[in-house]
Amino acid sequence: MEAHYDYSGGTLKVSLSGELDESNAGGLRASLDANIVPQNTKRVILDLSRLSFMDSTGIGVLVGRYKKFRPKSVAFFITEPNATVDKILRLSGIYTIMPRIETA
Amino acid sequence: MENSMTLKLPAVGKNEALARSIVAAFAVELDPDTDELGDIKTAVSEAVTNSIVHGYPDGGGEVEIRAEIKDRILHIEVLDRGVGIPDIPAALQPFYTTKADEERSGMGFTVMESFMDSLKVENREGGGLKVTMEKSLRGKI
Repeated sequence: MEAHYDYSGGTLKVSLSGELDESNAGGLRASLDANIVPQNTKRVILDLSRLSFMDSTGIGVLVGRYKKFRPKSVAFFITEPNATVDKILRLSGIYTIMPRIETA
Repeated sequence: MENSMTLKLPAVGKNEALARSIVAAFAVELDPDTDELGDIKTAVSEAVTNSIVHGYPDGGGEVEIRAEIKDRILHIEVLDRGVGIPDIPAALQPFYTTKADEERSGMGFTVMESFMDSLKVENREGGGLKVTMEKSLRGKI
């Protein structure tokens, strides 16, 4: 999988593409932690439009980032997951802490 | 329409994608829609990941995947010879995890149960875990 970062005026847009599972979750975790700089970033928008697959390992990564960066006043949003990814996100209840927004 | 397959893979992370893709390809003869294929891939990924991460905490080992199609029902078994689960009812609870420090969500069995029609989790005689899942596929008429 790949993560592409686009920063503009306090908002970091993270575009994920490919398949996210246990085999690459550690790499994504490290990449997100290196690219989210709380001093400059107030909003992180996770664009999942090109993420073709994610299992519950991805939920662990997202909740982990929330716990790490929420105390530093970084807010997270999710946009455009495919139907199956949306299903697992809804099941996990993550939209209560990372609201789904319509467009990035 | 009947078919069956057995797949044995080393319990390593890169085989999660291989396992879910092969089972999805096996299910194609039932003419599943995109959502159903997504459900199957996700459930298989969860079961195989569980064997790799929890069944073999020290690495090594194999994961066996058996799949069968009968009467438009996809039957999947994921088996390992790992450490098993001491308290299965507890492990089936949503958000139950023994590895919270590794940012595990504890959602694996909940996802399998939600995405498939049935889920059964058993410790195997001689050690290891057996996860059995079924999904009825309506297909397009």
